[in-house]
Amino acid sequence: MAFVLRAFANGADGVFIGGCWLGECHYVTEGNYDALSMMHLSRKVLEQVGINPQRLRLEWIAGSEGMRYAEVMNDFGRKLKELGPIGVAEGISKDGLKLKFQAVKKILPFLKLVERERLRVRFKTEEEYNQYFSSDEVNKLISELVADKLAISQITTLLGEKPLSTREISEILHLEASDVARYLNSTARQGLVRYDTSHKQYAIA
Amino acid sequence: MENELAQKNLIDVLVVGGGISGIQASLDLANSGFKVYLIDKSPAIGGKMSQLDKTFPSNDCSMCIESPKFNECSRHPNISIMTYTEVGAVKGKPGNFKVTLVKKPRYVVESKCTGCNICAEYCPVKVPDQYNQNLSTNKAIHIYFSQALPLIPYIDPKTCLYLKDGSCAICEGVCKPRAIDLHQEEEEIEVEVGAIVLSPGFETFDPKLRTDFGYGVMENVVTSLDYERILCSTGPYEGTIRRPSDKKHPEKIAWIQCVGSRQVTPGGNSYCSAVCCAYTQKQVILTKDHDAGMEATIFHNDIRAFGKDFERFYQRAEKLPDVRFIRSYVSVGKEIPDSKNVTIRYSTPDEGVKEEEFDMVVLSVGLNPPSDVQGLATTFGIELNEHGFCKTKPSNAIETSRPGIFVSGAFIGPVDIPESVVAASGANALCSELLSYRRGDLSREREYPEEKDVSEEDIRIGVVTCLCGANIGRVVDTPSVAAYAATLPGVVYSEENLFACSTENAQLIADAIVKHNLNRVVLAACTPRTHEPLFRDTCREAGLNQYFFEFANIREHCSWVHSKDKEGATQKAKDIIRMSVARAAHLEPLEEFQLPVNPAVLVIGGGLAGMTSALSMANIGFEVYLLEKSSDLGGMARRIHYTIDGFDVQPYLVDLVSKVYRHPSIHVYLDAIITEASGYVGNFTTTVKTEGQVKVIDHGAAIIATGAEEYKPTEYLYGTDDKVLTSLELEDHIVRRDEKVVNSQSLVMIQCVGCRQADRNYCSRVCCNQSIKNALKMREMNPEMDIYILFRDMRTYGLKEDYYREASSKDIKFIRYEATDKPLVEAATEGGQPIIRVTVTDPILGQKLAIDADLLVLAAAIIPSPSTQGIAKLFKTATSPDGFFQEAHVKLRPVDFAADGVFLCGLAHYPKHITETISQAYGAAGRAINLLSKDTVTASGAVCEVEEEDCVSCGACITCCAYGAIEFKDTPRGKKATVNPVLCKGDGLCNAKCPTQAIKLKHYTDDEIFSQIDASVPDDERPHCPGAADCGSGCKK
Repeated sequence: MAFVLRAFANGADGVFIGGCWLGECHYVTEGNYDALSMMHLSRKVLEQVGINPQRLRLEWIAGSEGMRYAEVMNDFGRKLKELGPIGVAEGISKDGLKLKFQAVKKILPFLKLVERERLRVRFKTEEEYNQYFSSDEVNKLISELVADKLAISQITTLLGEKPLSTREISEILHLEASDVARYLNSTARQGLVRYDTSHKQYAIA
Repeated sequence: MENELAQKNLIDVLVVGGGISGIQASLDLANSGFKVYLIDKSPAIGGKMSQLDKTFPSNDCSMCIESPKFNECSRHPNISIMTYTEVGAVKGKPGNFKVTLVKKPRYVVESKCTGCNICAEYCPVKVPDQYNQNLSTNKAIHIYFSQALPLIPYIDPKTCLYLKDGSCAICEGVCKPRAIDLHQEEEEIEVEVGAIVLSPGFETFDPKLRTDFGYGVMENVVTSLDYERILCSTGPYEGTIRRPSDKKHPEKIAWIQCVGSRQVTPGGNSYCSAVCCAYTQKQVILTKDHDAGMEATIFHNDIRAFGKDFERFYQRAEKLPDVRFIRSYVSVGKEIPDSKNVTIRYSTPDEGVKEEEFDMVVLSVGLNPPSDVQGLATTFGIELNEHGFCKTKPSNAIETSRPGIFVSGAFIGPVDIPESVVAASGANALCSELLSYRRGDLSREREYPEEKDVSEEDIRIGVVTCLCGANIGRVVDTPSVAAYAATLPGVVYSEENLFACSTENAQLIADAIVKHNLNRVVLAACTPRTHEPLFRDTCREAGLNQYFFEFANIREHCSWVHSKDKEGATQKAKDIIRMSVARAAHLEPLEEFQLPVNPAVLVIGGGLAGMTSALSMANIGFEVYLLEKSSDLGGMARRIHYTIDGFDVQPYLVDLVSKVYRHPSIHVYLDAIITEASGYVGNFTTTVKTEGQVKVIDHGAAIIATGAEEYKPTEYLYGTDDKVLTSLELEDHIVRRDEKVVNSQSLVMIQCVGCRQADRNYCSRVCCNQSIKNALKMREMNPEMDIYILFRDMRTYGLKEDYYREASSKDIKFIRYEATDKPLVEAATEGGQPIIRVTVTDPILGQKLAIDADLLVLAAAIIPSPSTQGIAKLFKTATSPDGFFQEAHVKLRPVDFAADGVFLCGLAHYPKHITETISQAYGAAGRAINLLSKDTVTASGAVCEVEEEDCVSCGACITCCAYGAIEFKDTPRGKKATVNPVLCKGDGLCNAKCPTQAIKLKHYTDDEIFSQIDASVPDDERPHCPGAADCGSGCKK
């Protein structure tokens, strides 16, 4: 996941993950099932930070399927061209992108924990993964566990550069001012940020 | 000099035939310390397996799993490969054969050729491509197939214009390395050989011999091997399914089973070819993968899904939409003149004979003995059986009739890949027994100069850009790429090279490493899959740690796929090289460490399998510890007295048991229970409770041969009526000549009791033969008896088919029943006598048939031994869904486990016949010898390592590692994860799970990968870092 984020942070318009078909992994660990879960989780995270999740794609292509590989890559390339450059299509500036991915990177250990404790599933088919990761149960979990954490991470990353007011934060991050205020309150309580009364701005504690 | 020459022609084992079996035999022998010559009459090794698209039942890509073995052979210091070579004569005796090898001219000097294939490009003569079953064309000079080994073309003398009439020699002119020699002549080479392994393989049945299939007359009738090529992405239609007549996608395909097999009519073979049912199902599944709408119809007789996982595989094919399995004899009707469609006539239970039209017909052709098998037999002085396969004994299917000559693969009879591989490893065991006195005398190891320490040096990267003849050079502007590479950070040397892989040029690279004091090497060329070992070796020869080598693939990933966009391809080549250079700067030298190997083996299970392995290994000179859970040796074989092919089991068993007990190197422990097992490949420690004592055994390898059991039926009145027996119980009564049994008037056998059903979804493989064997024995003793066998599919696969035919001819009545309409069994009284009344639907008459039997015999399933799960846990081995042990790879590693140093044989693997068990036992021994004949075992350097300071003891890595390579250890800072590098396979899953990045995979560290990802975007296109300090996200500073 760190690799995927790194590529996006560098301005890649899309990231492609290729793997052996499910059940054909050369290792008994069969990590391609894990990769599939990770891909779904990464897409959820991309969605949370306002990036089109279709920019991340995973396909199973066996070593012998050269033609399929070419077809898939051509198709992915075409789709990415349709989407346009990353950020531009989403209305996020280059610096904004950088910040968002930095924020995600910060909570990576937490995401791994969520994956391990709450999202560790093992199905047989890709379809089951698709269903599971689009289920209400998972969506609820993401919005409860990941969304707040991500927003706070973005805020603290942003404040790491310079102190800002609630309104400024909400504008830069495209977040509701009320939500920003709520996040700032809770982080202030944890002692992570402080309110600079003289400048009416928040800053890193 | 003379002495050296003599040495050169003195070899330990000659392997004849370079298909998968010959390849495996060569590798196992060479790894056991023997000098091996592997010869093949084709221009390349690979055999029939190299022509297959996928392999059943796992649908692995056949070439992808076989071709790494080509390279393993070619790189092995103790294997010499000679292709286009046949054996002229064999004289002498075991240990000292004198063999004449005849090397046919290929008109290309192998030592000069680089495999660039330019010659084929310029050759003006198109010829049918043999490798593609003549469905496409190639040139008169060409490389046999693109992954061929050796990667050297050959000239077909029948079509080459120069060799025909001297009118062309274009190839000679275009060949830059001057490798073409149009005057090459046949060469004879005399060699002295200790033993010979014959693995000449098989030929597919030629349906032209039988005019009634339309093959060769109707364009859209193809054989199954033709169809493999059609399916394959390297085939005539590049992996799109087309039919020969008009290259259109067929929408309706029929498969006809048993073409040339199970046919006693002239031109056919009476035996069953054993592989066709499964390969047809594979072809159906693959075809439906390509085109979900395709209609598939399979005309078959029995479905013989007798192998491991075959039953499920059949079900998978059968459940696909628009797939019909029709049980009927068929005849090919006519070709429709306009559409070139083909009609097939078949019979149906309801509507009589029907004629149906298909776009294409695939003939599932059987397996024949190799071509000119009589000549082969004469040359080697061996006997053949009545079918023209190699004559072998039931007690040893790997020995030919001539001592010192062994056989493996389909020359034994129709077998599939795993059995070919098993016999190959078994041949290693038998050769090792014969030649143990000279093991290691002729073999050699590679020697390398001492590695230099570069830790204090600045990074000095050398980049070599290979043109690969024209493969890369024609598309990518290599001079500009090489110039660009020279500007990259850390690069101090950048050169082009026409063919980096030729022996000469590889030496140039080694020289450059020394001359320019390089400490990282990036090669921009082809693929690491085939060439990384070679160039790692080049580094080692220049005194550089091999992990300082980095491959940039600008051929497969670039020039081949972007041949129409030269500018784009050149830019991409630069991008790829920039990424590789970035990674190379982070590479670290890694140690491949050597672990001592304890030359002792633990064999678990004292049945036929375990004893055979044990005795073979002891004969070679290893210490053997043989564990048996009961109080005597023998296992399941104690209950088997004769086999269908007339093998008298008990005297053989008694002899084997006494040899085992008497052998000074075999330590037998009876009443043995394993309480603990620890360690890893080369160094296991197992604790055993035996006859009131506790023994601790140190051993380097383990062979699991724990057997299986006969299912105790709960159905068909078994256990409540003493007239109901299992097959094994019947055998016991037959041997004791039990009057009640012998004098029965009527005997009914029911097949598939307890398996091929939801809870045991597999075929027990042996029961059909077992029942026929007993039925024939009963017939012999009582010619008047009514004998019925109620079956679902008779699975007398391979040469055993003859006994099925014999049984039918001796008035043994076979009645088919369906799984949904099982026979009904009830106790009744007839004429005052208690009898068993069996009611079954007669499929021909469609009516219920009641048979009054004096005796009912149930062909009960073979079920896994109850000890399986416990042993599996102790030795960290996998089990299959059916509860048998699961081998590492169903095709190519049939007796290995994924856990190194542990091997498998006998019924513990899956039900099988005695002859198969013995072969597999030798196979397991052959694999274990590989390991134990070395003093040390090398573990890869690319394994995981924990940075203890960052470890938060969460255990995420431990839970995800299926190899059990990570555990907690106590440190002054508390419990920390630690990796056992011997068990680590380097798959890196733990890296992805670790929340703190405390665990890293060496050679693929985060730093290495991040640097590569960062370099994928050119410096000036990367976003600026928003943070004041370095945010660690790889952005531009």
